[in-house]
Amino acid sequence: MATTTPLLEAVGIQKHFGRVVALRDANFALERSEVHALVGDNGAGKSTLIKIISGVYSPDAGALELDGERVTIGNPREARELGIETVYQDLALADHLDAAANLFLGRELYLGGLLGRIGFLDKSAMRSRAEDEMRRLKIGIQSVDQPVLGLSGGQRQAVAVARAIAWGTRIVIMDEPTAALGVRESGMVLELIREVRNQGLAIIMISHNLPEVFAVADRITVLRLGRTITTLRREETTLEEIVGMMTGALEVAA
Amino acid sequence: MTATVTEPPRTEPGANGFAPPPEEQTRRQQVVYLLSRSWLFLFLLLLVLYFWLASPPSTFLTGSNVAQIALTTSEVVLLAIGETFVITTAGIDLSIGAVLFFSGVAGGEVMLKLSGTSAQTLAGQYPHAWRGIALGVVVCILAGGAWGLLNGLVITRMKLPPIIVTLGTMAMAFGFGDLIDGGSYLPAPVPPGLTHGFGASKFLGLYYPIWVALVVLVVAHTVYQHTRFGRYTAAVGSNEEGSRRAGISVDRHIVKVYALCGLMAGTAAVLDLAIFTNTTSVAHQTDNLSAISAVVIGGTSVFGGFGTILLSAVGAFIPTVLQNGLVIQDVQPFWQEVVVGATIVVAVYIDQLRRRRMNR
Repeated sequence: MATTTPLLEAVGIQKHFGRVVALRDANFALERSEVHALVGDNGAGKSTLIKIISGVYSPDAGALELDGERVTIGNPREARELGIETVYQDLALADHLDAAANLFLGRELYLGGLLGRIGFLDKSAMRSRAEDEMRRLKIGIQSVDQPVLGLSGGQRQAVAVARAIAWGTRIVIMDEPTAALGVRESGMVLELIREVRNQGLAIIMISHNLPEVFAVADRITVLRLGRTITTLRREETTLEEIVGMMTGALEVAA
Repeated sequence: MTATVTEPPRTEPGANGFAPPPEEQTRRQQVVYLLSRSWLFLFLLLLVLYFWLASPPSTFLTGSNVAQIALTTSEVVLLAIGETFVITTAGIDLSIGAVLFFSGVAGGEVMLKLSGTSAQTLAGQYPHAWRGIALGVVVCILAGGAWGLLNGLVITRMKLPPIIVTLGTMAMAFGFGDLIDGGSYLPAPVPPGLTHGFGASKFLGLYYPIWVALVVLVVAHTVYQHTRFGRYTAAVGSNEEGSRRAGISVDRHIVKVYALCGLMAGTAAVLDLAIFTNTTSVAHQTDNLSAISAVVIGGTSVFGGFGTILLSAVGAFIPTVLQNGLVIQDVQPFWQEVVVGATIVVAVYIDQLRRRRMNR
């Protein structure tokens, strides 16, 4: 059964904030090469769960297992070192810097020799690697050396995703990846998410937009009042069923 | 930084359909961009033209007057370089003029003390001038750096807005400087080795202070454009939280930037002593205005994230050209402050328009 070990597994996660219980009992398994959507009403605990996985919060109880091995993720940097990257809703791009600079922000490449040691950037290497990365993800942006301020919402989202996956990442967490985008742009981002999955990465995605979830997710986990109710394959369920579970109209045997 | 498009922009819209924006739009952006940046040169050119035509013949555009303008601008250039880094981080340093003054007083006192007894220096004799100059210069620069470091530490550790912190240190630096020199001048001019030998001497047709400003300018421009320090400066100013998430030590970088600005003020203090032989707080009340105006007129965004060192240096000529031209025309030079003040507002307005345009 070794081959079926999930890439990431969360078991019995609990999290309280003072007297407020954000997560009562969250269980969730992420497979390799899948888009896994977390859905639920406001306050169901989706954001808390991904913040625990990305190291922003530490759980009060429960365990995280990566490749079957128990891990503790103390902060976002540790998450990143384990290959877990988060694409935040507000993107966290530096608007005035170009796509290449954003891709390499905090991980710049330097010239060889003495110049590099005193901090001279290897701009052409970063540019060409950025171009490679954009091509690999089939993101057509006009040039990687224009400030990202001038890019469209979808293109900016694409740059943020490219940055998240460019560094040996295995798991990408996306919080409402299309929230600020128009219909066409949303479609492009969903296409990009599929592309990322096809390259072997696993994606955890939070979205309120259920049609979108059904368009891109392989599996869907429903949260309600701090519990993970169930995980279903997209083909095995319907939008109505999911909505029923989210609102509690449909009881699920745990 | 010109855009090197390796392949024609429209050939590959990308399988995901992230099509490049229409070409006209980019061109319009480019026009706005060029206009918003070149108005500086236009303004400076008109200013020079006006003073040339309106001044008595062969007073304004003469070799010696232009050299004089360049000489006084050399100080503003140094201040503007430091301020460009600071403003790019979306901060501001109001204290630079006061720090320049304090550093000049501190360094000047050391020069005089080490050059001879007070009776000797008062009589214009400096038996150990070189010792005094060497240490005095070091004190000037370090005193400036120390104030900058203080600014940076207070801003980051106490989490206070830069405008308040540097307003406070401005008052403190003026106060301490005046306490040291009794509210007037240094007791004697600094040694002639620094003034005649450096401030009033030329090398290849340019005064030494101008060479200093030029060398610092080239180095600072290179650092700003091509190194990690410059990139982090822009990143921090563009998106502080994002930079933090990307693993940049944001606070440490901000401290470094303010320290650098202080070092620039300290270096400018050396030039100030070399050019004017003495210093007094009254002469430095509006130095921060000159420097900040140079930076914003040069197109650096007060909202952070974006700036140009070289254009700040060009902008530094506006207050000095105004001052010089008005004096030649025998107009009250206070008009300079009026015009520079108004120009700052216009420059920031243009910056804002540009931002709106780019955000569409």
